[in-house]
Amino acid sequence: MKLLIANGYVIDPAQNLNTGGRSLLIENGRIAGLLERGEPVPEHTHVIDATGLIVAPGFIDMHTHLREPGQEYKETIATGASAAVAGGWTSICAMPNTDPVNDNPAVTRFIIDQGKAAQLANVFPIGAVTKSSQGKELAEMGEMKNAGIVAVSDDGRSVPSSSMMRRAMEYARGFDLTIVDHCQDQSLSAGGVMHEGRWSLILGLRGMPAAAEDVDVVRDCVLAKLTKAKVHIAHVSTRGALEAVRRAKHDGLHITCEVTPHHWTLTDEAVSEYDTNTKMSPPLRSREHVDAVLEAMKDGTIDAIATDHAPHHLDEKALEFDQAPFGITGLETAVGLAFDLVHAGLIDLERVVQMCSTNPARIFGLTDRGSLRQNAHADVTLLDPNLEWVFDVSRSKSKSRNTPFHNRAMHGAAVATIVGGRLVYLHPDYTRINQPKQKVQISSFSLRA
Amino acid sequence: MEATFNRRHLLGIRELEAGEIVHLLDTAESFREVSRRDIKKVPALRGRTVINLFFESSTRTRTSFEIAAKRLSADAINISVSTSSVTKGETLLDTARNLEAMAPDCIVIRHSSAGAPQHLARMTNAPIINAGDGSHEHPTQALLDALTIREHKERIEGLKVAIVGDILHSRVARSNIYLLTKLGAHVSVGGPGTLVPDEFAELVESGLHIEKHFEDAIEGADVVMILRIQRERQDAAFFPSMREYAVHYGLQPRHLERAAPDAIVMHPGPMNRGVEISSEIADGSRSLILDQVTNGVAVRMAVLYLLAGGSHAEHEE
Repeated sequence: MKLLIANGYVIDPAQNLNTGGRSLLIENGRIAGLLERGEPVPEHTHVIDATGLIVAPGFIDMHTHLREPGQEYKETIATGASAAVAGGWTSICAMPNTDPVNDNPAVTRFIIDQGKAAQLANVFPIGAVTKSSQGKELAEMGEMKNAGIVAVSDDGRSVPSSSMMRRAMEYARGFDLTIVDHCQDQSLSAGGVMHEGRWSLILGLRGMPAAAEDVDVVRDCVLAKLTKAKVHIAHVSTRGALEAVRRAKHDGLHITCEVTPHHWTLTDEAVSEYDTNTKMSPPLRSREHVDAVLEAMKDGTIDAIATDHAPHHLDEKALEFDQAPFGITGLETAVGLAFDLVHAGLIDLERVVQMCSTNPARIFGLTDRGSLRQNAHADVTLLDPNLEWVFDVSRSKSKSRNTPFHNRAMHGAAVATIVGGRLVYLHPDYTRINQPKQKVQISSFSLRA
Repeated sequence: MEATFNRRHLLGIRELEAGEIVHLLDTAESFREVSRRDIKKVPALRGRTVINLFFESSTRTRTSFEIAAKRLSADAINISVSTSSVTKGETLLDTARNLEAMAPDCIVIRHSSAGAPQHLARMTNAPIINAGDGSHEHPTQALLDALTIREHKERIEGLKVAIVGDILHSRVARSNIYLLTKLGAHVSVGGPGTLVPDEFAELVESGLHIEKHFEDAIEGADVVMILRIQRERQDAAFFPSMREYAVHYGLQPRHLERAAPDAIVMHPGPMNRGVEISSEIADGSRSLILDQVTNGVAVRMAVLYLLAGGSHAEHEE
């Protein structure tokens, strides 16, 4: 079965490709090549008309909480994967803080099997760094790697002991695994429920100082230098942390980092009504830090956009602010919020693709992904930069509804998602691009003004 | 501009205009007289139901609200709920919705979680009065403090007020800082560095000074407000010992020598005698601690009257 994505505007930073008028040919779940303008459509080929759309290598979310096994009332792997493809993500990396924790190959295999059964996004498990993510003993990284993990993390918390973190880094190197660290010095952030600053004082809520993140990121950079390990800082949110990462990169360390859409979109002022959908960890920061995040997206310090999709049940979020759990959903809003930055002229689309696909694939060593080069897995995200829409959480594919972005007007969206050559998501307003037996001429392309 | 108070809830002082505060104080003043009568009752809220929903222990505030409601002829119901096992019991939301189903005219809530009254105000229809939420606000305390100051100093504008002690955890400090600066007072705060963050200066646009040294906050003060050490909100040590606190941050007669000659002393209670305040001061001639309690009833009568069906609410329906 062949699939032709015709007449789109192809952006593939891995090949330095940024061009209209090409058509992407997919065969047997792999990229067969790019057809030039005027080339004939091969026989027995299903055509998707991507005129006016951006064709990008499939987006990879490095940071997703899928809640299965153990908390299926919040999300299952299938519902999470369904939300992922609706948001343009072809691959999602499942954080290990499930119940039980993914700290052994049996859980790893279970997650992979559930992901395959859902037949939507690729699901790549991340294993725990330490057993039960308790920070005491190393988890079976080698066995989990054999079972299919793509990285290790004790996400939700950092590894508090510096000596344990050092051992983990040294050990992970032997399996070529990147350590993803949720950097937060727990002795500094203990009891905090929002960013410490003017707003936490006004609201009378216990704050988590930016220093808690800074201290831990600096520690990880120092240890990465000592161990030469590959370290990926999850959801950076502070100026100090970004300065440390910038310096570490300059010094040639293997340090990378990601940012979430909420950390560049909202400030701690969003907490002012005590809406528990503004409660997450790391917390929404003050303007100074948000500005630093935007700068770092621009100058390349930030490698990736990740959602930190963290579904929680309505009942859990309906508690008092300090009692409610941390986290918000993010799979279906991330791309729209990334387009905000493009339309504001802050970053270009190529940089978005780099942060959502090219770099995540490289950092986690996902072979034959993150690019549209020949023989790569046929994971493709089609984007319409001009679609104006409003996010309506009641139509979310996720099981949970905890988002601060309900009713937010968006400009730009993922409209079709192809995983392994299969069209797994098509935006309801775009069914016209997927008509069977349509006759399409491969023609020149022009972006709508 | 005619001063009125047309809000549905009283959640905090921060969002109020100066005119609204003055109107609340004026209304309270007119109710003060009721408590001096032989028969301390007016029919203003006859047939109205006020629920005091207290999730945190309180003697003074709960009694004060109850007396205030009864002197207005409302039916007051007190509910004390333990929050020690939040996950085991009914959620705040369900509790409130159940109470609402019994059609109260007002819910007075005290809760250890900041924002709990906002949460209720969003989710239910009854007018909500915040009787203290975590470290956030305690609006009726600030109002009764202001009423007490006005009673003794005849003004608030231009006064120098020192607020000393555990500022960080204090809802009383926050509500008072908003109220006093809105009415034109100059407020200085002082206490141990661990309990007086510099960022407090950003709480209001002007009129607030953070003093590094405790005594400097009291210098020249017309009013000295002492805050309680809130052991229940401190899960870590913010100072080495009660002994050291009493020596360095407890208000002693020698501190008052630096205040204005006719300075008055206030404390929201309950006091830790010998810790943040010495008994000489607490029981001394400058202490207005019991006046505060008396004024608390008048202030709560005013707030209940305005929110639970006094004049304007009737027109509204």
